[in-house]
Amino acid sequence: MKMDRWRASVRRILNLASRPGPAPRSFAAGRGNPARSGSLHCSGRSCRETQFYFGHRQPLSMHLRETEFALGVSLIQSRCFGSVATRIQRNPKFATINSDDIRYFRDLLGDKSVIQDEDALLAANMDWMRKYKGSSKLLLLPRSTEEVSQILKYCNSRCLGVVPQGGNTGLVGGSVPVFDEVIVNLGAMNKVISFDEVSGILVSEAGCILESLMNFLDNKGFIMPLDLGSKGSCQIGGNVSTNAGGLRLLRYGSLHANVLGLEAVLANGDVLDMLGTLRKDNTGYDLKHLFMGSEGSLGIVTKVSILTPPKLSSVNVAFLACTDYLSCQKLLLEARRKLGEVLSAFEFLDEQAMDLALKHLEGVRNPLPPALHKFYVLIETTGSDEQSDKEKLEAFLVHAMEGGLISDGVVAQDIQQASSVWKIRYSRSIDESRGCLQI
Amino acid sequence: MKIMVAVKRVVDYAVKIRVKPDKTGVETQNVKMSMNPFCEIALEEALRIRESGLASEVVAVSVGPAQCVDTLRTGLAMGADRGIHVEFKDGLNPLSVAKVLRALVEAEKPGLLILGKQAIDDDCNQTGQMLAGLLKWPQGTFASKVTLDKEKQVATVDREVDGGIETVLLDLPAVITTDLRLNQPRYATLPNIMKAKSKVIKKYTPGDLNVEIKSDLEVLQVTEPPKRKAGVIVSSVDELIDKLQNEARVI
Repeated sequence: MKMDRWRASVRRILNLASRPGPAPRSFAAGRGNPARSGSLHCSGRSCRETQFYFGHRQPLSMHLRETEFALGVSLIQSRCFGSVATRIQRNPKFATINSDDIRYFRDLLGDKSVIQDEDALLAANMDWMRKYKGSSKLLLLPRSTEEVSQILKYCNSRCLGVVPQGGNTGLVGGSVPVFDEVIVNLGAMNKVISFDEVSGILVSEAGCILESLMNFLDNKGFIMPLDLGSKGSCQIGGNVSTNAGGLRLLRYGSLHANVLGLEAVLANGDVLDMLGTLRKDNTGYDLKHLFMGSEGSLGIVTKVSILTPPKLSSVNVAFLACTDYLSCQKLLLEARRKLGEVLSAFEFLDEQAMDLALKHLEGVRNPLPPALHKFYVLIETTGSDEQSDKEKLEAFLVHAMEGGLISDGVVAQDIQQASSVWKIRYSRSIDESRGCLQI
Repeated sequence: MKIMVAVKRVVDYAVKIRVKPDKTGVETQNVKMSMNPFCEIALEEALRIRESGLASEVVAVSVGPAQCVDTLRTGLAMGADRGIHVEFKDGLNPLSVAKVLRALVEAEKPGLLILGKQAIDDDCNQTGQMLAGLLKWPQGTFASKVTLDKEKQVATVDREVDGGIETVLLDLPAVITTDLRLNQPRYATLPNIMKAKSKVIKKYTPGDLNVEIKSDLEVLQVTEPPKRKAGVIVSSVDELIDKLQNEARVI
């Protein structure tokens, strides 16, 4: 049965690969014509589409390799994202920006927040992977929800396309314009509104950079429930709008579990205040969940209220080598059983990813020299008692080694070693941007 | 030849330290502690020398409270053969540690002593030099490269000095203190961690070694450095000149 699914997906890929023309990149809410709701449109569902093709059972790289082997061709170059191989046309119903619009925005926001400078626009028009480039001529930096609301109201009345932008660190081209939409960047809305030190509930504006929120919370003895490789630039509004996962998902759950409320501005300028701070709130429909992961297609998130877990003192990191994928799966099960509540992250790498990381990243060395193993697993435990956590982890690792689940491993002895082991995993997207493996 | 490596348990390098409210020192409760980074480099160098066949045994030594055993276990997990723990609660200083190490040297008779150049908690940079003075052994401090010659019983040490690199030739036995660029310490692998559980850590007290630990220095106060003031964005060159002239008084 698995073979049939393979064959079907391979046939689709080959069909796509043989069609001429550049691969289209956005196909919003339906297949076929991209749906436009109001003056916002969403793009960047591309990654989700490929999951349909490949199924969820095996890691993508393995699947590709096996398919390649079956066909005798190299599939990596010929893969393209898209179910519709037609070129997207700019919908003529959308207006173009004229000098009146620019004047309006300048009056509304002030000169400093209206950016038309070529160089600044270049960065905002291009995504992080440098795969997609828009041609927007206007970048706006509102400083308050009211300003965002006025911008959207105006754009709606003029039928101007808008793309909301946060840190522009997304890897699927969702944060950059397709054509000449107005870019509304929330980077100027970076204030922390309030923090309750007893419950750990943080209310902040959407433009706060994740790392600065982490630093703020660090002083108070709390941590953010999510941690990503792009934490230095990504903004919390963007994280919420894309339902970002990250390294702490295993322990703290997704943003659906941690965001207690948010404030969003709809396409016509209406402000939807769903900024609750209660752990449990059953009043009315829980609309905030629609916005999480909507990638800006339903509204621009302007404020977020998020539950932050307390910071625990003892963190242990182990980097392990496995010989086959089944062992990795068994290891996950064992880790959840034996380490239980202290397990905070379980990350997986294969040989190719490790090879890329060692080749292209600076300051990264192989924790298990000299050879490369087939599969690697990074396990992190976070708890309150250093001694007992370390014993628990080491007992689990010894047990796993004796059971043949792992062939080798290291345990980081200080924070420096832990962060250099994490760097191997964190920085995988950098390898991808160098055009090696586009997964 | 036996190599003895002295290691110190300090506040982890990556931790943001805070001064205690009573200003008597730095907050060390509930703070992650680990082996001093320079001591890790020292231990790594000793292990490499042993692996190249020029030494037979690496002994890790630590002086301090009971929790030093954890640091020694890390050392054993990296590959040291044995550990020695000299238990002493509070109030250590480089001279006392040097005296303890001298007593251990007389008991163990190592051919080479490797230490980290300084500890990251006190930044003293004194123990290695004082120990060499007490033992009347030659010393090669701030080592960035160490080469041993077994037949001639000498060590060639490249030292990092202000003006560049100085190369010295030391007769063994000698004291070497390691600098950052000497090597990159290895990770503790699982098989070694498992083996370390069965390795021996011998316990001493300063009394056993006939060393009296006393300090001639008293810490009066520990305060944070003054916080950096936020910068001011000026709107024109004239304003900048005005501020430089009247406020900062640099022109």
